[in-house]
Amino acid sequence: MTKCAVLVFPGSNCDNDAYFVLKNIFKIEVSFVWHKDSNLDSYHMILIPGGFSYGDYLRTGAIAKFSPIMKEVVSKSKKGIPVIGICNGFQILLECGLLPGALINNKNIKFLSQNVKLEVQDNLSMFTNKLNEGDTLEMPIAHKQGNYIADIDTIKMLKDNNRIAFKYLNNPNGSQLDIAGITNEEGNVLGMMPHPERACDKILGSDDGKLIFQSIIDSRF
Amino acid sequence: MKAKIFIKYKDGILDPQGKVTGNALNSIGVKGIDSLSIGKYIEMEFDDITRDEADKIANDSCKKLLVNPNTQTYSYEIIND
Repeated sequence: MTKCAVLVFPGSNCDNDAYFVLKNIFKIEVSFVWHKDSNLDSYHMILIPGGFSYGDYLRTGAIAKFSPIMKEVVSKSKKGIPVIGICNGFQILLECGLLPGALINNKNIKFLSQNVKLEVQDNLSMFTNKLNEGDTLEMPIAHKQGNYIADIDTIKMLKDNNRIAFKYLNNPNGSQLDIAGITNEEGNVLGMMPHPERACDKILGSDDGKLIFQSIIDSRF
Repeated sequence: MKAKIFIKYKDGILDPQGKVTGNALNSIGVKGIDSLSIGKYIEMEFDDITRDEADKIANDSCKKLLVNPNTQTYSYEIIND
């Protein structure tokens, strides 16, 4: 049975949402894994949830990258295990260097908590194969540092290699090229600022996020 | 011995905090500021080490953790206190 690790750092606050969705909606086995652990051998996928790991001290994700578990995440990612980082999870993946670029303050400095529309840019990755290019997904964002930046060469490389998974339709935070989510070169690491785990049940207004998790689960197992 | 570390955003990186603070100073009549940016100041104290060692620690700390080279630049000075 597919088993997913949901990492927990001091300050994570979307871990329970992710756990609930994977266990109750997708019926897969899920465990919380504390950041001080260092073994992910028994897991088929890894989810780094949103929140404020280490209180966002220094920079978002900067301290979390030195947690023992992150060395193991980097190692597993190199072996092809799917890793999805959502919101603060995306920030941690950038700090770790598993994804390129950085996330800085939203252009209006405000913490944005609202529903956004995303456009699927590429449906070939393991995170988007249940979607079609050009599909529109609706899900919430909740962040202050979601403004994606990278140098011109990196942006071009992401674009040329179909590594931009999702773009905002009405860019809320100033991200370059409206980028909402990107993948790594091998296609097994996805970082995104919007919260698919908060959009997996119609009762919450949208269940578009289900397609992302279903893509991962179906493509791998 | 002490290291004084200064971290600032690279040119071109959005610094809304600096911009708003500059505007605020302008609005209360402080004139002549062309631009204002807000960075970080970190102070490290050392015990019984040489200047070269202090220099290396400060530089390593910036490279390994304190600075994100994608968005920030840094400088530091080592002083005897």
